[in-house]
Amino acid sequence: MARIGVFVCWCGENISRTVDVDRVVQEVAKLPGVRCAINYRYMCSDPGQTMIRERIALEKLDGVVVASCSPHMHLRTFRKAAQTAGLNPYMLEIANIREHCSWVHPDRDEATAKAIDLIRLAVAKVKNNHPLEPIKVPVTRRALVVGGGVAGIQAALDIADAGYEVVMVEREPSIGGKMAGLSETFPTLDCSQCILTPRMVDVGQHPRIKLYTYSEVEAVDGFVGNFKITIRQKARYVDVTRCTGCGECSSACPLKKNKSEFDLGMGTRSAIYMPFPQAVPARPVIDKNVCAKLTRNKCGVCAKKCAAGAINYEDEDKLVKEKVGAVVLATGFKLYDIGKKDGKIAGYGEYGYGKYKDVIDSLQFERLVSASGPTNGEIKRPSDGKTPKNVVFISCVGSRDNAKGLPYCSKICCMYTAKHTMLYKHKVHDGQAHVFYMDIRSAGKNYDEFVRRAIEQDGAMYYRGRVSKITEQNGKLIVRGADTLAGVPVTIEADLVVLAAAMRPADGVTELAQKLNVGYDEFGFLLESHPKLRPVETNTAGVYICGAAQAPKDIPESVAQASAAASKVQITLAASKLTRSPEIARINEKTCAACFRCYETCPYHAIEKAEVRTRKGVLVKRTARVNVGLCMGCGTCVSACLSKSADIEGFTEQEIYAMVESLI
Amino acid sequence: MNLGYYPGCSLHGSSDDYQQSLKACFDALGVSLKELDDWICCGATAAHTLNRKLSIALPARNLALASQQGCEELVAPCSMCSMQLKKAQKAMAKDAALAEEMGRIVEAQPNDTHVLNLLQAFDRVGLETIKAAVKEPLKDLKVACYYGCLLTRPPEVVGFDDCEQPVSMDKVVEALGATAVAWNYKTECCGAGMTLASEETVLDLSHKILADAAAHGAQCIAVACPMCNVNLDMKQSVIEARYGVKYGMTIYYLCDLVGLALGLTPKTLGINRHFVARKA
Repeated sequence: MARIGVFVCWCGENISRTVDVDRVVQEVAKLPGVRCAINYRYMCSDPGQTMIRERIALEKLDGVVVASCSPHMHLRTFRKAAQTAGLNPYMLEIANIREHCSWVHPDRDEATAKAIDLIRLAVAKVKNNHPLEPIKVPVTRRALVVGGGVAGIQAALDIADAGYEVVMVEREPSIGGKMAGLSETFPTLDCSQCILTPRMVDVGQHPRIKLYTYSEVEAVDGFVGNFKITIRQKARYVDVTRCTGCGECSSACPLKKNKSEFDLGMGTRSAIYMPFPQAVPARPVIDKNVCAKLTRNKCGVCAKKCAAGAINYEDEDKLVKEKVGAVVLATGFKLYDIGKKDGKIAGYGEYGYGKYKDVIDSLQFERLVSASGPTNGEIKRPSDGKTPKNVVFISCVGSRDNAKGLPYCSKICCMYTAKHTMLYKHKVHDGQAHVFYMDIRSAGKNYDEFVRRAIEQDGAMYYRGRVSKITEQNGKLIVRGADTLAGVPVTIEADLVVLAAAMRPADGVTELAQKLNVGYDEFGFLLESHPKLRPVETNTAGVYICGAAQAPKDIPESVAQASAAASKVQITLAASKLTRSPEIARINEKTCAACFRCYETCPYHAIEKAEVRTRKGVLVKRTARVNVGLCMGCGTCVSACLSKSADIEGFTEQEIYAMVESLI
Repeated sequence: MNLGYYPGCSLHGSSDDYQQSLKACFDALGVSLKELDDWICCGATAAHTLNRKLSIALPARNLALASQQGCEELVAPCSMCSMQLKKAQKAMAKDAALAEEMGRIVEAQPNDTHVLNLLQAFDRVGLETIKAAVKEPLKDLKVACYYGCLLTRPPEVVGFDDCEQPVSMDKVVEALGATAVAWNYKTECCGAGMTLASEETVLDLSHKILADAAAHGAQCIAVACPMCNVNLDMKQSVIEARYGVKYGMTIYYLCDLVGLALGLTPKTLGINRHFVARKA
């Protein structure tokens, strides 16, 4: 005979106002198997918990029902209390008589009757419960960081400095990401390269960071603590161990007029190139689509010039495997390709981006003002190299536009546009910057002051309104827009137009997210587990996110989030074994018919196809088996199973039927 | 190919030359146009500024007629007409109650007749068909393709071509052997019906269009809307007098150019009825 204790909480007046807790106790005490029923004003308080602990010992209870608030609130609290009293925590159940009863029902009699029913259900379940033990999984104490931008760099350095090994994968030839291409950063105007490149060097030289550049994550296997990562190292045609980074090869390369990716098409590079002089690793790569040797088997100058013999035209993609315990996704962003069709958006033909050479996007402008840029930091417009005397900046190109763009705010454009006007004024003293904006969003430490400085000290003209059309006449860009505060149309003859294009997630991030079972929103930004309380976790255990891959954000925020992700990784890696909830699926291998419907339906790829063999290795049967490291206990397999071999521990069909029966 | 034909008030009135050209051109292309029997006004600007229901009921009536007369594709050469017909269709597709109410008001159920403006009609005939039918290529002719405001807008209603940088008319013109010049005022407003309320506005806007076309080397402007033609052709001498310039810019309906390339005479196409004499 079961020995169940029922503890009914008043929740101050939250429950007792509507539910007659005394009558509840009288009624449930009569249920078969219930040894004691008690009510108390605050069951979650220290005296309340003590009461539960004492009763468990005194009455030798083998099951407990607490009738109180939602299990989301205090299930863990009460299970911990039960455990200290020596009861298996999974022998305690909650009957939610607050959210499901007292808060939503006005009638006292009806609410009381319902509370009694809810407790009856819980008692029926707990009678069918059996003790469960937490699952322990081993941990590979290394982390993978995908993406070598400022967020990835911060996360990798934090984890490595804490003593764990880090594998960093970056798909470009160098780490540094978008920040390496920026000029100066708001709100302090400190030089982007000066603050970033030392961090890049730290990554390159860190004894615990293994760097794979020009590489991508090909496949992911395994689960928290035990990920197996396959990395594709793209053929670089340069042996990075032999190469000294002297640069003789790119100086000698005859094919110099290729658009530089790093300069966003505003500058050129040779076929064998380092993306920028401060690249980490400081090793070149050959563009196989351009190189004369690789495309036509002519030339070969770089190999002749290379004293170290590092050039290898026979190089091929390599697949390498790495084992890690946790993963940080820091894949960053790209700018909306203005005017190009991209999913639902294809607007802004009116700005003539791609048609007029002097209409550029904000990242291109960063290269124009950057000391390391194609013009060495002199602001010259792309069409004829003249210094622009009137520059128009248009914000929200693609952002906050339900009609033909994206509904969200890209968050950083107001700030960098203000910065652009300042940098421009500091370099072209007789120039005039004009900004068309919808709203100025400058929330942040010293941010609004910064925008005011752009307007008040550096004289940027701000027009609240949109631009309707840009046309070209006699070498000038005719920008027609509205000043909605003055209520007049505005026409500006500009020499250069800079479009603050919307931030979008980097290419390929959704495919990567699918490999890791990480969610993403309709725009492709990675989904956090909880927007407030679990901002860097994902719904896949052991996978964390940071930076602009999660949502548009600036450098300080990306760095802060990266450190947060790194600290979560350290928590995961700190334990030698990971404890997971045992409330997951189990499969009865004796009755499993090996149809593998569960294998097909499992959203977490937690079902394995296994074979049962005798000691001599003779195949007895094939069966589905649950990977306890991966299973999230969703129960999809249970509903898919035709032979009723799948069940969820702590929520078995037997337990649920018992609950239903108790009501009939 | 058989297509339904909704002339609207313009093509039966002030822009009778447009109808003449359209019929001759499509006839030469082997497309027969069957005029909708008993059609009524599309509502144009007047209806939708005064009464939303009226602005949907009027096109709905025409769509219902098309449905009753078994017309699956309906050419509405006036860009205002085609836009109003499509707008009504879209509004009814989105709102079942409205569609039902309109069915009651017009005493018939409008169906999903495919409405085509002139650009879409040529697209439907097919560039290859047009190219193959060309007898006298318009070599050395530089054309400014003028789309105006309604041929591509609102984009969610028209759903054809890029509303800001359209190319569909340019493609037709190129198929005829002519050159479509790159210019700035492809989709600017000509002033349309403002001529009644404020002629100055129309003169100013249309002048800018003529000036930009001329500045970019166009010898003529192609239009696909009766209202654009009125403002650029009929008002051209007034514009020239007012701004002290001389353009003499021939304004063609797009079907004029197609017709010429197919070997039809300007007289057959009614080009001799335009205000600005044809020089190129």
